[in-house]
Amino acid sequence: MTPLFLTHFTATSCIGRGLEETLAALKAQRTGLAACAFETVNLDTHIGEVSGVDSERLPAGLQEFDCRNNRLAQLGLRQDGFTEAVRNSARRWGRQRVGVFLGTSTSGILETELAYRHRDPATGSLPDSFQYRGTHNAFSVADFARQALDLEGPAAVVCSACSSSAKVFASARRMMAAGLIDAAVVGGVDSLCLTTLYGFHSLQLVSRTPCRPFDTGRDGISIGEAAAFALLERVPTTLEDDTVALLGIGESSDAYHMSSPHPDGHGAQAAMLQALETAGLQPQEIDYINLHGTGTPSNDSAEGRAVAAVLGSKVPGSSTKGATGHTLGAAGALEAVICALALQHDLMPAGLNSRDIDQTLGVQYLLENRRGRVARVMSNSFGFGGSNCSLVFGRTRPGGRSE
Amino acid sequence: MTRLTAYVEGIGLLGPGLNDWPSGAVLLAGASPYVPQATVLPTPAALPPAERRRTGAIVKLALAVGFEATSRAGMSPATLHSVFASSGGDGHNCHEICQTLASNDRQLSPTRFHNSVHNAAAGYWSIAAGATPSSNVVCAYDASFSAGLLEALTQVVVDRTAVLLLACDVSYPEPLHAKRSIPDAFGVALVLAPERRESSLACLTATLTDAPADRIADPLLEAARSSIPAARSLPMLRMLARREPGRVVIDYLDVQRVAVEVSACR
Repeated sequence: MTPLFLTHFTATSCIGRGLEETLAALKAQRTGLAACAFETVNLDTHIGEVSGVDSERLPAGLQEFDCRNNRLAQLGLRQDGFTEAVRNSARRWGRQRVGVFLGTSTSGILETELAYRHRDPATGSLPDSFQYRGTHNAFSVADFARQALDLEGPAAVVCSACSSSAKVFASARRMMAAGLIDAAVVGGVDSLCLTTLYGFHSLQLVSRTPCRPFDTGRDGISIGEAAAFALLERVPTTLEDDTVALLGIGESSDAYHMSSPHPDGHGAQAAMLQALETAGLQPQEIDYINLHGTGTPSNDSAEGRAVAAVLGSKVPGSSTKGATGHTLGAAGALEAVICALALQHDLMPAGLNSRDIDQTLGVQYLLENRRGRVARVMSNSFGFGGSNCSLVFGRTRPGGRSE
Repeated sequence: MTRLTAYVEGIGLLGPGLNDWPSGAVLLAGASPYVPQATVLPTPAALPPAERRRTGAIVKLALAVGFEATSRAGMSPATLHSVFASSGGDGHNCHEICQTLASNDRQLSPTRFHNSVHNAAAGYWSIAAGATPSSNVVCAYDASFSAGLLEALTQVVVDRTAVLLLACDVSYPEPLHAKRSIPDAFGVALVLAPERRESSLACLTATLTDAPADRIADPLLEAARSSIPAARSLPMLRMLARREPGRVVIDYLDVQRVAVEVSACR
């Protein structure tokens, strides 16, 4: 495929607001996970909560979108001059030529959960203040971002659980390749809610301790929240030596089970192979892999087998979910941004919390940060329903060619 | 102007008073009067019994129209890429979860939770059809059908591959129904291919436009079109049913709509 440029990007998660804080936390190997004290949740678990989300005030004209998910989206959009970069891109290409493709799994469902606590005792109806379209509906975050960024291009939310905000890169690529748009805001926003906290708990997939991906004692995920965005352009507005490019994409379905991966990671293998193929790269050309690495026994085992089958067992890799938690529908975009930082700073981030790496999984799992040339990276995102997506990113060199 | 062209190989349809594509096409072509009746959802025979029991209305709907479209196209569903467009997923399941979380006992059923994902229909489809190619799941509120159509058409045009597009919406029970009033279940599936074949039904060419969306003169069909996101497809389906060449504008976002030129292939 023709490389696309991530001319601007930003991420906000429990390890930091914006790139500077995020990079500092990665360098310091600092986790943002803490004991759960979210809302009225009474579960013995650790979560990656972003502080200050609910102090975020949406503009007067966009009050119908007011919910934790869109507050987090706005907090994210405000970092690293991202909003200004998008406005410049819209001036260059035209507002109708910039698309918005965002991933989320639960949108603003927290508002609905709260509204159900305040049903009219006589009629059972929800409070008048409850706004379905602006909060609950999955499209809400793209609708909000599109209006907040003053864009008029094609838009959609991709809602394929934990692969959502990796797959937005694929949707945007096809839109650009077809000629409908010249640039796209892609990303993911997912925020804490009771549905996912109690839901993953019901599946016995939540760890009590901060999650330990790829550890022999791994026993579940830690749920986090994040807003991460990238401005994808066919031709970059500016091209620096360290501009990051999207080089390859692979997408597949397991066709196996709703909430468990295929044990050998067949679908994951197909996605990784396709990502390499579309990037025109050999397995040994990948310098680092950011694993999906949720920390559940079956997910990591399936992914480890798939990685070993496709990339061999020599590629350094880690899951950054030990730092950020599993940010579900935002994970693909958050980890794409972490990959971009890895490329720009020659930093292979350690997987935190894990101690005793499961040697049967065939991955060179990094327990400490590693410095060294990082020219090409792969990022895996897999979700419920057997939805798999792998992305390959690389650095560019002057002249706009990928390195 | 960018034009996206694809060939329609098979159609599946299920909605109020619309029981499958051949009988629905007769009504949509105006050959007999349209009488809305509650949508009848079949049991998904293609799923193993254990999975079958767990499926909600949106999964039954998606599987019914998906298998109808692929069987009419004479194409193996296992090899097709798919695009699912839905505004709201499984409304009944969502209501049950919110009700449980608002109660004193927040213990959710694991099945309820995994069925709550917006891509539940896509997941069950891939299992039932044995389909391992990519499956994309999009939502754009009332614009969901056109968002799905553009997602599918760009995949056909850019990746030169056949794609199964499924647009499905079901109702919420109260109290959510009062906030999002989708009156009944409506699903449509189209198998779209990059090259014309002997069996192709029609050719679609889509462009973005600022023209307003077409309405339907029949007030009952117009009521379905304007109240169910997946039924925003009805003006296009009417042209396909009539097998007459023409242009139709279907609803999309505030400032952009999708114009589709339709021409019958046989």
